[in-house]
Amino acid sequence: MSARPGAGNARPETGNARARERRLSRAAHQAGVAYLFVLPALVVFGLFVFYPLVKTAYLGFFTTPPAPNLPSHYVGLTQYRSVLSSSDFRESLWRTVQFVLYTVPAGIVLGIALAMLANRRIAGIGIFRTIYSSTVATSTAVASVIFFTLLNPQVGLLSYWLGKKGGAGVLQSSSLALPAVSVVTIWQNIGFTFILMSAALQSVPEDLLEAARVDGASSWLRFRAVTIPLLSPMIFFATIVGIIGGFQAFGQIDILTQGGPNNHTLVLIYDIYQWAFKYDNTGYAAVLSVALFVILLLLTFAQFWYFQRRVFYAR
Amino acid sequence: MRAEPLETKAPEERRAQRALALRRRAGRVAHYALLVGMAVVVAFPIYITVVNALLPSAQIGARPPTLFPTHPHWGTFVTAFNEAHLGIYLRNSAIVTIAITAAQLITSVLAAYAFAFIRFPLRAVIFMVCLATLMVPAEATILPNYRTIETFGWYNTFPALIVPFLGSGIGIFLFRQAFLGVPRDLRDAATLDGYGHFRFLTRVVLPLNRPVTAAFGIYAFLSAWNQYLWPLIVTQTNSVRTVQIGLRQLSVTNFNQIDVVFAGTLLGALPIFVLLFVFQKQLVRGLTAGALKG
Repeated sequence: MSARPGAGNARPETGNARARERRLSRAAHQAGVAYLFVLPALVVFGLFVFYPLVKTAYLGFFTTPPAPNLPSHYVGLTQYRSVLSSSDFRESLWRTVQFVLYTVPAGIVLGIALAMLANRRIAGIGIFRTIYSSTVATSTAVASVIFFTLLNPQVGLLSYWLGKKGGAGVLQSSSLALPAVSVVTIWQNIGFTFILMSAALQSVPEDLLEAARVDGASSWLRFRAVTIPLLSPMIFFATIVGIIGGFQAFGQIDILTQGGPNNHTLVLIYDIYQWAFKYDNTGYAAVLSVALFVILLLLTFAQFWYFQRRVFYAR
Repeated sequence: MRAEPLETKAPEERRAQRALALRRRAGRVAHYALLVGMAVVVAFPIYITVVNALLPSAQIGARPPTLFPTHPHWGTFVTAFNEAHLGIYLRNSAIVTIAITAAQLITSVLAAYAFAFIRFPLRAVIFMVCLATLMVPAEATILPNYRTIETFGWYNTFPALIVPFLGSGIGIFLFRQAFLGVPRDLRDAATLDGYGHFRFLTRVVLPLNRPVTAAFGIYAFLSAWNQYLWPLIVTQTNSVRTVQIGLRQLSVTNFNQIDVVFAGTLLGALPIFVLLFVFQKQLVRGLTAGALKG
């Protein structure tokens, strides 16, 4: 056994009962300290992470009565089956997937493009780097309110430039609302993606690119054959983080469209919010929450799997 | 090739060099053009927000649009701060964010210390439990958590905004990883000097791990500051509303005073912009920590 701080040296004390006892009580004291240190975090996790998780799954077994004072009914898995096979769920899931498809690839391509542009040591590049990373300072609410005003049909500048002044706005159009929300999301995330990709680009060895240049590789080939493979771990990371973030995107929907027009921006998380806090249908919302949890769990596993692979490579 | 007379090669070479220099300069100009173009696209929404915050209300909707404020109206910021309650929202956000950040630092450091330096029964299991919290998104647990808050009588109070976030699985993980790198000799030396756990932690371990502390501190601060869904659910009045919910409120209720909306949005974003400029390095490290730490 190794020495531990505060425990002194672990001398082999065979036969000496008193010393052994002392050592045991010291170990007990050590464990006591450790539990004391771990306890605050564990209490919070128990109360606000694990208990509510189990409770959510449990609530899904009960249908919510039409009036608040009536008893709720235990229906077992029936509600899970009916909600998960409903067109409401399928549509909100598909909308979420669409939102992810609109935001993640475009965001990453833009992030790489900006990082490549700003990866040259030329005069004034610091200013451009600061501007490109500046949107990390905008929260979802800030970004959404900015675009909410810019897209307003009466006074919005973007509406004016898009030739939409006066008429129905972009956010009121069933075909344009989700793309518009996606553009806002891409803009808000561009700073973060830029920072990630810049960090990854700076770790691409200069001599490798130089060697490729000497071998006559064109700049496009150097980018495709050297830079992109070396960026791929970060691209993967940004993809997973982007997908998870996409499934959790709530603020932009709430401020820009509230799920409308005609449910065209009603993503899964907003659906949960409405069932839980607008229609007060706890059972229905609970089933949707469990579905969201399972989806995000699978995505998180993908992320962990990637981490493990990276650790393996690093050693 | 070497036998070629020098005279015929020299002008050709010079011409080639001149062409190359010209192409390089053209390339640089194009590069700057791209850099500026993208900077305009990225910065435009914030720029126009600044401009509109400084314009009088009537001029914002005027067409063609005013893209530079010739007579800036600074008073709008005062209106936003006082009448649109941005002052209160910012204060509330500061209270909540600082409390969460400080608490997460403390609980994460303590737990990580136990995991890294003390042997105790069930250590591996408890550590896995802490890691498992990373897989539970807050969005999936809002329903029972909302009821818990109601049961405690915390609806529309600061504890509702703070208490559920007193622990952080990511924090525990990051600090434990960092603490495992503290050399064994240091632990032994501290033990010989009669340091208890608390003194070893505060005098040796923490000073050695300032970078990870700063990086996680920034990360925790940003996450807490940017929270939206939970504060939306558990707050009802301006006295506890955070700035994110305040901005939503602003865009809904003050839309007839659009200059105030713009000014309020800027005020709401300002603290993080300041933070970004002061702690740029730590911020980058905090944001990339998840990607770079294996």
